[in-house]
Amino acid sequence: MKTTAPTLIFTAWLVATVAALGALFMSEVMGLAPCVLCWWQRIFMFPLVMILALGLFPFDAKVTRYALPLAVIGLGVAGFHVLLTMGIIPEALAPCRQGIPCKTIQIEWFGFVTIPLLSLFAFLTITGLLLAATRSASK
Amino acid sequence: MKQKNLFMAVVALLILAFAGGAFFYKKQQAEQAAQNAANNMAALVRADAQSFGNPNAPVHIVEFFDPACGTCREFYPLVKAMMTAHPDKIRLTMRYAPFHPGSEAVVKVLEASRKQDKFETTLEALFAGQDKWVINHTSHVEMTGPILESTGMDMARLQNDANAPAVAAMIVRDLADAKTMNVTMTPEYFVNGKPLPQFGFEELKKLVDDELANTQ
Repeated sequence: MKTTAPTLIFTAWLVATVAALGALFMSEVMGLAPCVLCWWQRIFMFPLVMILALGLFPFDAKVTRYALPLAVIGLGVAGFHVLLTMGIIPEALAPCRQGIPCKTIQIEWFGFVTIPLLSLFAFLTITGLLLAATRSASK
Repeated sequence: MKQKNLFMAVVALLILAFAGGAFFYKKQQAEQAAQNAANNMAALVRADAQSFGNPNAPVHIVEFFDPACGTCREFYPLVKAMMTAHPDKIRLTMRYAPFHPGSEAVVKVLEASRKQDKFETTLEALFAGQDKWVINHTSHVEMTGPILESTGMDMARLQNDANAPAVAAMIVRDLADAKTMNVTMTPEYFVNGKPLPQFGFEELKKLVDDELANTQ
């Protein structure tokens, strides 16, 4: 199954790129200021766009080794942020006392889709795809 | 090779979607802003606000500004130059939007300077010396002393006038009007009630030129 690894990595790249462009759209076009935790998620999402693209051409299955840590740490931050917006983790624990509080929900689609939830979903998908790519490449 | 082409096509598609989305979003926002401004003319034009130029000028620019704002400082001479280029055709009204921390106290002093007929001098002096009293995006009214003294105003009277409740009330009203007009950044301009479609001096100049052409 050598052909699926590039497809999985390509899909992971696509998710990262859509997430990165979406984040830029919200901050640069819609003028929503990113909170501190959003910045941490951006720090781990944006490099994925470059690293995964470089791993595709020419194809290098080892790219998952470099991309996975970013995705997993980003996943952790996004998870923390979602728990914070849901009120499960109290605000005092969050590293954001100045500027835009991370607890503030700026967008809510369909009553439950918030920006941190989208981020969590993106990091989760990328992590899953990269893990699948690692497995498929090692076979 | 085929994969690379697919990849490039996806990249192009995503960039296109981003640019298209941005274009439509901005357009929609601009239309909404224009509609909002048209519905709230009362909040835009206030008789007691400081005004420059011919009161019956065909083109009326309303500017929301903060004396601590660097872009306001940059735009001020440009707008003044437009007024000089079209004598008696442009009127400029200054509305307060003290968004920087500490700016309200400076705006109070600026408003008080009108009682001594020194608004223009004070505003220009505050802009010229902005680096001395705006530190790290925070206004420090206590550092404006030497600048205010250089304008030759009666300082005791200025201090007294600045503390008048009417001045504080005016700032509250201007801030409320700024909110009504969806002013979130300074400077913000309205030309005969129309907001800028996009921020920039070229856009402002075009709007003013269009209005000048309309009235001739």
